[in-house]
Amino acid sequence: MAQKIIAGVTVDVTEEGYFTNPAQWTKELAMQIGIEENIQLSDKHFEILYFIRERFVKGEALTIRSIGNSGIIDIKGFYGLFPGAPMKKAAKIAGIPKPASCV
Amino acid sequence: MKNLLILGAGTGGTIMANKMHKLLSREEWQITIIDNYKTHYYQPGFLFIPFGMYSREDVVKPKVNFLPPGVRVIFQEIDRIDAPGNHVILKDGVSLKYDFLIIATGARVVPEDTPGLQGPLWHKRIFDFYTIEGAMALAGFFKTWQGGELVLNIADIPIKCPVAPLEFVMFADAFFVERGLRNKVNITYVTPMSGAFTKPVASKVLGTLLEEKNIHIIPDFYLERVDNERKMLISYDEREIPFDCLVTVPVHKGDPMVGRSGLADEMDFVKTHKHTLQSDQFSNIFVIGDAGNFPTSKAGSVAHFQAGILAENLMCAIENRPLTGSSDGHSNCYIETGFGKGAVIDFNYDTEPLPGAFPFPGIGPFGLLKETRTNHYGKLMFRWIYWHILLKGKEMPIDSKMTMAGKKM
Repeated sequence: MAQKIIAGVTVDVTEEGYFTNPAQWTKELAMQIGIEENIQLSDKHFEILYFIRERFVKGEALTIRSIGNSGIIDIKGFYGLFPGAPMKKAAKIAGIPKPASCV
Repeated sequence: MKNLLILGAGTGGTIMANKMHKLLSREEWQITIIDNYKTHYYQPGFLFIPFGMYSREDVVKPKVNFLPPGVRVIFQEIDRIDAPGNHVILKDGVSLKYDFLIIATGARVVPEDTPGLQGPLWHKRIFDFYTIEGAMALAGFFKTWQGGELVLNIADIPIKCPVAPLEFVMFADAFFVERGLRNKVNITYVTPMSGAFTKPVASKVLGTLLEEKNIHIIPDFYLERVDNERKMLISYDEREIPFDCLVTVPVHKGDPMVGRSGLADEMDFVKTHKHTLQSDQFSNIFVIGDAGNFPTSKAGSVAHFQAGILAENLMCAIENRPLTGSSDGHSNCYIETGFGKGAVIDFNYDTEPLPGAFPFPGIGPFGLLKETRTNHYGKLMFRWIYWHILLKGKEMPIDSKMTMAGKKM
């Protein structure tokens, strides 16, 4: 298990940089990880991040489509906010493990 | 008389009918199973149809053949579940009361969810092989096709069998080599995942295998629409991939009936506790297989391994004891790699597929994550096992929970 210091705080992460303990997440850490991913987080970003964390806590599967159906944003908009691989980037910034719905 | 209702007579529902028929007192319990259709499809066999290896007759049997006498069978569409009232209402208005309910209504492919997929080229140049109709249409197309861009696309995950698309492209490679057309067929594997498979070790092994077979992988491609006129796949971030023949694995959803009944997430998968298999909302409702929102694949293997856990927990609930069974999401699958060889993977919610020997540590006979002839024969044998042992809920030499024995870290 790796550790990483983000904004002066030590957190537990995987080798790929995903949090292993989502309780260690804060808004400030998210801002910092966003910068590392070249994303300046807006309120809209945070709305999505909170949605993702909530679904994770409930143990529900997370997919790009589920974000698109969340009522917060459509899939195109999600790509716009987290370019490239939005689900992976958003999960990383939301401080949850890499989405495991993918097997 | 108490009532156990099972909705869906597919893999999960049929196994549960057999298991519960053995466990419950026949004087006290009436088991009823309800399904819309009378035919049971051996879905793992669909993969073989486009290449002329199986015909329709190889993959269909009547559902009643696999249900024990004494279990009441109703073939009718279900209108909805009245969960607070403990009733299931059928299409003809008949209402059935239950004490306990098992939802095994499965997942289905929804090509209409992606614009253009079911356009003018549907079943002419665009095929699915997760339905009997699609697999048969593709078999017809392949008979005369002279080559071009063959593109396999997974529209979204989760899907019923995460390895079938890989097997498909490897079979296609072998098929066109044998027909002397391989130099005219360019095979591309287009996936929303970041590699051939998401779990790192398997992804690397399988990715290398595809490379060796000259199959190109395009990862992180999330399909938005299909342009029929230009024969083009278009992603949400506006990337385009041309095709002459598109083999699609469409978006999967659960049964709209469970959505209508207020028990499901936005993809119509029943909200279920992933370890106990109990509904999140109602303690007398349990869920098996691809009907649930379990964070794993929608494969029959998952349902098979859940069945033992579900039977245990259902008995706990019926006898008012705490639920002792805990599903770990165990799954294993044979992977056909073409030219008479195959691989096997074995994994669960937390442990990715690893190399080793299976099911007996050090002995096998199956090799995990490696190509062998024995693995291929295992897959062919599995059809017999499925019809004669698995569906009937009989014991197999593989535990419901995954074991690390025999696996190499």
